[in-house]
Parts: sequence; C-alpha cells; structure tokens
Amino acid sequence: MKLCLVVDDSKVIRKVARRILEELNFEIDEAVDGQDALDACERNLPDVVLLDWNMPVMDGLEFLKALRARDGIEQPVVVFCTTENDMAHIRTAIEAGANEYIMKPFDREIIEAKFSQVGLL
Amino acid sequence: MKTEDFEFLAGMLKERSGLMLTPDKVYLLESRLTPLARKRGLDTLDALVQKLRLSREESLIRDVTEAMTTNESFFFRDNTPFDLFKNHVLPAMEKSRTSQKRLRIWCAAASTGQEPYSLAILLRENWIKWQNWNIEIVGTDICTQVLEKAKAGTYSQFEVQRGLPIQMLIKYFRQEGDQWRISDDIRRMVSFRPFNLLSNFIGMGTFDVIYCRNVLIYFDQPTKKDVLERMRKCLAPDGTVFLGAAETVLGITEAFRPVRGQRGMYVPSDGTAEKLMGLG
Repeated sequence: MKLCLVVDDSKVIRKVARRILEELNFEIDEAVDGQDALDACERNLPDVVLLDWNMPVMDGLEFLKALRARDGIEQPVVVFCTTENDMAHIRTAIEAGANEYIMKPFDREIIEAKFSQVGLL
Repeated sequence: MKTEDFEFLAGMLKERSGLMLTPDKVYLLESRLTPLARKRGLDTLDALVQKLRLSREESLIRDVTEAMTTNESFFFRDNTPFDLFKNHVLPAMEKSRTSQKRLRIWCAAASTGQEPYSLAILLRENWIKWQNWNIEIVGTDICTQVLEKAKAGTYSQFEVQRGLPIQMLIKYFRQEGDQWRISDDIRRMVSFRPFNLLSNFIGMGTFDVIYCRNVLIYFDQPTKKDVLERMRKCLAPDGTVFLGAAETVLGITEAFRPVRGQRGMYVPSDGTAEKLMGLG
C-alpha cells in the first residue's frame, strides 16, 4: 500500500482528502503545516505528498523547497492542492519541483485524474 | 409520463439523432426536458410534448435533441486512445505519408472539443516533426451548442483538471478570469462543424484516423452497423478507428477488426495497418 502524506491546516480538508485517498487504496498520514510535514517525512517517508500552500509556521512552498533540497532520500511525488489558482503560482510550484497541481475545490475525480497522471494509480 | 408521450419522444429522438431511449430512461427525459420546457415558457413536460406534437416546430425539436444527447467530455479521456495515437498511429503515419505530408483526423463526437484539442496538443508536443505537414483535425457533433463552446476553447477550472497534465495547462492555456482558454496555436489546428452521423458522409473526404467514442452506445444494432460501414468508406485503407471502451465492432460489422490487445482500436478488415504501427 502506498503512503500519502496529507498536509493541510484545515481539519475538514484533511478529512475529505483522507476519505477519497483511502478509497483509492492509500495509507494516510497527516500534517498540519510545512514543519509538521517535514517531521512526518523524517519519521516515515511517504510515496506522495498532497500539499496545501497557505499554512501557518511553514507554508507549502517552503516545505517543498526544503524537501527537494534534501540529499540521499528517495524523493516523494508532490501534488499541490491549493486555492491559489493563478498561472504565476502554478509556475512557481512546478519550478520548485512539484509534480502536479490541484486547484481547490477538488473532488474524487480530480484527485484520481491527477494521481494517475503522475503514475500513482 | 404517459406511455404514448414517451413513445412519441423516443421515436422523434431515434429519427433525429439515432438515440435509443428505453423506458427505464424516463427520468432522463424528465430531468433534462423540464428545464427546457420552462425556458420555453411552458409549465410542464406534458405541455412541451403537446407543443411538439401540434407544431413540429423545428427549433424546438432541435433543442430537445440537443438536451437529450450526452456531452460529457474531458481532456485525454481514458488515456489509452491517446497513448496509442502518439506511440503507434503517428509513427506509422509519419512513414506512410512522408511524401504527401498530409494527415486528416476526424473526431465524430467532438462535444465540447477536449478530444480534438488533446490530439492537437500531442502533435504540438512534437512539432518539429509535424510543422511542415498539412494537418487537419475536424471535430463534428450533432449538438451546435457544444460546438460553440468547443470553438471558443474556454474551459472551467474543473474541466481543465480532468485529464490535463499541469505541464500542458501551463504550456497551452492562458487564464481569462475564472476560465482557461486554449492557445490560438492549438485552436487553429482544429475546425468544428455540426454534423449528424445519420446523414450522408459524402463530402467528408478521406480520413487517416477517426475517433468515434461513446456515441455508438446510444444507437441500435442496424444504426451502429450502418454508421460503421459508412465510416469505413471514408477511412484510408491503412487508417485507424477508435471507439469507446464500452463499444465494439464484433457482432456488428465485418468492415473492421479489433487490433489485438489494444482496447478500443480498430482497423479495416482488409487492411494492413497493424504492421505499419508495429502492432501486427
């Protein structure tokens, strides 16, 4: 079973994402901000990270840069999942090493489509 | 709904679009035509049927037909037909059409345009190879309303997230308010026009590839056979037809045969297309 780390400061979003991803046969870990997510990666490196952008303590982009800067680990797939829905944000995220990008609101179909595009399904 | 009203509507739709409506689909009639009745200032679906019976008003018949045909579509739908296009059809065409450098593709149920635009994007991804070719992608649909949207090439945030990789969104779309518009380079590669698959194919010319997905399922056997056999006549001998995942030629017509191991892909029975595509 593949492990997906769901990073979002909203409990509701984490719950919705968890439900969809569990149906798609993922094991789920959760983090509430970028720092929390880095710690989670330290403990148990996920196969994929579903990543919000705007969060307290450390935002999604900072997390992504810190993650991609780490040597010697197998890099997980990172799928942004954010209300930031303009081209500038999308480009920034992809340039920083994100593999896919979901603009909120999302549903099961979008998650499924994006996850299969990056070869996770 | 009264049985005779259902039969009247089902008969009209069959005649107009080939759509087969079975009695278990009464709910579809109600959910799709009630809003249309209101738009036309009629109180109920019964009143709409009455009006159709009495006036046989052409524009009303067209609106009813359009409301009942399914138009769901998304970019790179089902993936496989596009992978096969990229990895097998295009390389074969590149070799076999190298002197005339001409390629004609027909999306016979183009709906809101995602399928022909997906094909155009795949060609664009390897433009160095194709830029000197005369490539024509024709998108047709029975529903003029969806074709308007197809021509405009604008899609909602929801639509661009179903099937379209983010890299392609960045490359081939620009944002206009809350909509995403496909680039002019891609838009110019596709022409759209209304076309009824029950009508004559003369004048369509010869195509190298035909996508006719998720439309035959609405037709009865004789209509499927008729459409497929007429399609055979406007397909090059080494051409390819893609049908929907739930559709087949088996038991319907001998004009095509399935390409072994490649779901949804069919070639003329007397052709040699598989060899060219490295699938033989």
